[in-house]
Amino acid sequence: MSVVIILIVASLAVALLFLAGFVWAVRSGQYEDIVTPSLRVLAEDAKNKISETKSTLK
Amino acid sequence: MSSPSPELQTSPVLASSAAGGCFHCGEPCPDAAFAVEGKAFCCFGCQTVFSLLRENGLGQFYELNSAPGTRIRAASAAAKWAFLDDPTVAENLFDYADKTQAKVTLHLPAIHCVACVWLLENLFKLHPGIGHSQVNFSRREAAITFAPDKIKFSELVALLASIGYEPELTFGETEKIKPSSWRKKAWLQIGVAGFAFGNIMLMSLPFYFGLDSFNGPWFKLIAGWLGLAFALPVVAFSAADFWRAAWLSLRQRTITLEVPIVLGLAAIYVSSVIEVLAQRGPGYCDSLCGLIFFLLCGRLFQKKTYDRLTFDRDYKGFFPLSVVRKHSGGEAGVAISQLGIGDHLILRNGELLPADAKLVSGEACMDYSFVTGESEPVARAAGAHLYAGGRQVGGAIEVETVKSVAQSYLAALWNNEAFRKNSDHDLDSLTNRYSKRFTKLVIGIALAAAGFWIFRDATKALKAFISVLIVACPCALALAAPLAHGTAQRILARLKIFLKNALVIERMAEVDTIVLDKTGTLTTADAGGVEFQNAECGVRSAELSAEETNWIGSLARHSTHPNSVRIARSLSFSNLPVAGFKETPGGGIEGEIAGHKILLGARAWLKKCGVAARGDARPTNDKSSSATSVAIDGIYRGAFAFENSLRPEVAQLISQLGGKYELALLSGDNEREAARFQKLFGARAILKFNQSPADKLNFVRELQSRGRKVMMVGDGLNDAGALKQAEVGVAVVEQIGIFSPASDVILDAAELPRLARVLAFSRGAARVVRAGFVISALYNLAGVSIAAAGLLSPIVCAILMPLSSATVVVFSCGATAWLAQRAFGVRWQSAAATPLLLPAQPQNSGVALRFPPQSKLEAA
Repeated sequence: MSVVIILIVASLAVALLFLAGFVWAVRSGQYEDIVTPSLRVLAEDAKNKISETKSTLK
Repeated sequence: MSSPSPELQTSPVLASSAAGGCFHCGEPCPDAAFAVEGKAFCCFGCQTVFSLLRENGLGQFYELNSAPGTRIRAASAAAKWAFLDDPTVAENLFDYADKTQAKVTLHLPAIHCVACVWLLENLFKLHPGIGHSQVNFSRREAAITFAPDKIKFSELVALLASIGYEPELTFGETEKIKPSSWRKKAWLQIGVAGFAFGNIMLMSLPFYFGLDSFNGPWFKLIAGWLGLAFALPVVAFSAADFWRAAWLSLRQRTITLEVPIVLGLAAIYVSSVIEVLAQRGPGYCDSLCGLIFFLLCGRLFQKKTYDRLTFDRDYKGFFPLSVVRKHSGGEAGVAISQLGIGDHLILRNGELLPADAKLVSGEACMDYSFVTGESEPVARAAGAHLYAGGRQVGGAIEVETVKSVAQSYLAALWNNEAFRKNSDHDLDSLTNRYSKRFTKLVIGIALAAAGFWIFRDATKALKAFISVLIVACPCALALAAPLAHGTAQRILARLKIFLKNALVIERMAEVDTIVLDKTGTLTTADAGGVEFQNAECGVRSAELSAEETNWIGSLARHSTHPNSVRIARSLSFSNLPVAGFKETPGGGIEGEIAGHKILLGARAWLKKCGVAARGDARPTNDKSSSATSVAIDGIYRGAFAFENSLRPEVAQLISQLGGKYELALLSGDNEREAARFQKLFGARAILKFNQSPADKLNFVRELQSRGRKVMMVGDGLNDAGALKQAEVGVAVVEQIGIFSPASDVILDAAELPRLARVLAFSRGAARVVRAGFVISALYNLAGVSIAAAGLLSPIVCAILMPLSSATVVVFSCGATAWLAQRAFGVRWQSAAATPLLLPAQPQNSGVALRFPPQSKLEAA
């Protein structure tokens, strides 16, 4: 029976960890602007491509 | 093409002989006069930006998007922005400032693609004084950190302007409202509720299936206490807004929907505590958290806002941040907030007068169309009183302010009580009217059940009372309206019809009278015809020959002035090379074609250029004040007059609306078109002309006093009072995102013909909400009969509540989407997706705004 208690404690610990992560994400403003990051990631991609082509040219 | 003259190179010329277009901005370039590294540029400005970016290692800008830049229209001098270094301006604009670091959030309308985001976030490479910068794409904003001791704010703005991102700084923005933190809080509340809901449900699973007996009685205890512990923050924090709203409504002695919700929540928590204490079971905490979670999701769904739109702007948003003030040493930009009485201001073509003033010198020709609705600019001589809000058309004038900005004619409208009233009609909403009856009924049933059980089995009385309150908790009811309205709001946004909030749908459904503004709403200058009048002033000059038409057309297409664009569009001509093109702002354009000198512009300017005016009699035709005169080889040939014409399909719209609604037309313009509009609106409609902004407001108020529900459709500041006073104010705008007066709905002018269908759709959405009420009432009825019999168990509760919510969710969203598909042919899927990249918004010069795409010019 005590194994159930261990399981409950373990699962709650994990769940609380996720809740803390969520609170941190909201607090740090990640839910404020959900459009720009999706554009920013495109620009970062292009940068990598450039460095790749440069390295192949060498 | 002939060799271009020096003027041709520096003036904003549009021709299309070079293939490919400018490497920076993509606009066609006439020749390869500007070329670096084998790339062609349309002008020196674009070439400079390219070189600047290349030198600073920002060449990637051009690899992210083809021709990502914005045309550099005018060289930006840091002096123009000098007024920004004034400490009071800085104080208003900055988010944060100390000696070594400052942070400012600027609105940059030119942001339009990935490359913009990238460039602006790499701004630090351009100047050592600039630190971190972060772009918010949907708001078109950049938050920039900089060191004021290394780069002055004016220099920062000048740098942004020089690379094509001129910030839009308006007076209203200086008293900025910080982005509210409600969204952050809403996410946290949902997160906490969802977390508790999921975890309590996980522990309750054995009870649902009757497996708890395997674990022994202590498991029930642990699950019960844990559930209560998890539910506590949900009730206290996540549901805090419901408690507050319920308390407020009770203090105002009304019953909103929050009251029965809060009653239900309290009943569930109390009964759970009793159950756990009595060691009877784990309580109802799973249902409780799930209920709050669904309610919060519905509320967030309803609170759709549009980052690019402001629905509450007053006249201040219309004003620029600064004006040019004359002082003993010369001229300097000054912030409007610093303007005093008796200041001498210089207004140039297209600039706005921010305060009531007296004309000192120059020929004033004020365009009040946005303020009063008059379609024609009015000419004023020196000494005349000029009202705030007018735009100078023509040459520069000097004025002396006689009132402060806040006391001017324009601002006076905002002192009307209509602007002080709280525009939230929430208390009167459909849901709340329903919930009043609902709450009384529920409490009645609960008391009756308790009374019944007291005489039979006293132990069951309390349980029955609480059970009824639990099951009757109008969770599904609370979801019906937000979801139906939220869905409708999103679908309309897809059609470029933006609602301030979801409740507007409900008010729109109740409208029975529609008041329309004329100038700018039903009519538009842009679609109007252009008519050449050669018999002006009673002197006949010869008709234009085909050759002369070619000359005029070829000249006009070189200018981006709206009048030139309209002339070029109206003429059918073959393009000829122009030599010596010159544009005089506020005057006109000139050029030489096939050896003939052509002048196109204001009459006064033509006179100055030495064109013999034939007769100085004032023209009889009252349209000619905004006409563009033509002279060929120094001889006056006539003028192009512009007509305001009805927007396309407006006639159909009026006839569609006429059958169902009472219509009225209000116009600040004179009665010259009265007969035409009476015919259009029908004999029953009320038509009023020469209406001041206050007249319009009073007209709407008078209709309302007769019990009418009024929708006001207008476009300008002159309608602002009426828009605010009406049940539903609809602002018609040429371009989404630029200034519009305070309103409930912002409508793209091109979508105006859809208004009748939008109204029908809103009535449909209101019916969906009512049907949702019926569905949830049926569920409640079933639940209440179980509860009143004293048979409610956690499992019944756990099934019944989510099931009723889910039914209402699916029905509300589905039925509204179906209505939309029937009315507009829009699918919900496409309504959910928003276009990622939007066309660049024009700079606030207003010139680019009306400029037609190149293809149209080619066709002309």
